[in-house]
Amino acid sequence: MKPLSRRSFLKASLASAGAVAASGVALPASAKGADPKELATVIDIGKCIGCEACVDACQEVNSFKFPEPKRPFPKMYPKRVKVQDWSDKREVRDRLTPYTWLYIQSASVTVDGEELDLTFPRRCMHCQNPPCADLCPWGAARKLENGITRIDPDICLGGNKCKMVCPWEIPERQTGVGLYLDLAPAFAGNGVMFKCDRCYNRIEQGETPACIEQCPEDVQTIGPRDEMIKLAHARAEEIGGYIYGETENGGTNTFYVSPVPFEELSAAIEKGPGRPHFDPVKDAMADADNLTKALMIAPIAGIAAAAGRFYNQAKKIGGEK
Amino acid sequence: MSRDFLKERGIIKRAYLLILFGMGLTGFAQMPIFKRYYIADIPGLGWLADFYFTHFLHYLGAALFLALSFYCVTAYLLEGRRRFSLSSSAYVRIALLLAIGVTGVFRVLKNLPDVLFSPGFTLFIDISHLAFMMLLMLAALFFRVVKSGWIASEI
Repeated sequence: MKPLSRRSFLKASLASAGAVAASGVALPASAKGADPKELATVIDIGKCIGCEACVDACQEVNSFKFPEPKRPFPKMYPKRVKVQDWSDKREVRDRLTPYTWLYIQSASVTVDGEELDLTFPRRCMHCQNPPCADLCPWGAARKLENGITRIDPDICLGGNKCKMVCPWEIPERQTGVGLYLDLAPAFAGNGVMFKCDRCYNRIEQGETPACIEQCPEDVQTIGPRDEMIKLAHARAEEIGGYIYGETENGGTNTFYVSPVPFEELSAAIEKGPGRPHFDPVKDAMADADNLTKALMIAPIAGIAAAAGRFYNQAKKIGGEK
Repeated sequence: MSRDFLKERGIIKRAYLLILFGMGLTGFAQMPIFKRYYIADIPGLGWLADFYFTHFLHYLGAALFLALSFYCVTAYLLEGRRRFSLSSSAYVRIALLLAIGVTGVFRVLKNLPDVLFSPGFTLFIDISHLAFMMLLMLAALFFRVVKSGWIASEI
């Protein structure tokens, strides 16, 4: 991971502030509607054989992004702030960690009276309106035009908020790396949050994410979201199966297709830290989206109230005369 | 100056301070600091560690703040400017409030499902929104010390 010094961070911030100020009118132009070609993936659970080729591929191509923490870790205050160090446990593959952005989850379920052992890759769902990016107070997490949600390791302070607001608690923290070391490591931040970035750099080069490319069973398919929705529905219809991710959290860019209902699957998997569930998830940002309407009405209400008051006062004075 | 006008000014001042305090509190609660520093452990303040709840309150406060601000601006343009003139510290406060408001609006836009900003702009609005609020707090403290209010003179 390329370190960013405090000076270069401030320079970058000032430069972006300057660019914003200079561009003036062009600002709203940088706001772009979600690309209709937002990419999504279909994960066909029935095809997965649990070989972990996707896990290997992910770790291999993304190893240059993995944290290399500096030791000793700075002392952090207060005492309740704990070091989270996975650098000596890079081999852990049965859960998500800062070094394992995708892992194979398994479940024993019964389909048509037959006992079945299912395996399936788990990673970030890449939500359409990701709370991790919306609620990041520092601008480190953001959604890209192609539907990828990415945490910038050069900016992230490791506050863990993205994990706390993520419905699946996906991001994982590594202490001892990142910008916080150059700011006030004792009092703010605690490293960097890591998660699947869906090989954004490979996609930029026109390549496929490593986990998809290396899968011998073609468990995952990537393509424009609308096409992937059709594919997921066609596959679900074909096997009499179920879809997860299309509507969860208001819609994600990952669609699991399962031969068994997801309530059953979620009950059968090992859940907990680093091991996401398959439970129903309501749109986490729905309240904020609804309140946006109130924000649009508020100025009009203020103007109307003042104008009404002025009108009544003028009428009263006119009546007195 | 009429009694009604003075009464209204008093109400607006209290509402402004209350809303701004609430906005500051729920705004700072967007950073993971209240749990870290035991503030959310104080009985009755646990909600400060609930990011979604404080975010909801921040939006509500923003709606109230916008309504109050536009009320004040309209009232000033229609009537106030004939009764009093604003002090230079008022213009500094207004500039900072405007900066907080504008960056806040962009923060809200960013949170909509179909709106994306460039990385530099995302970083800028996130950090500048906080920075402008901190500047306003410092400015308010300074103006309090030098006893400079919003109104320079009554006309």
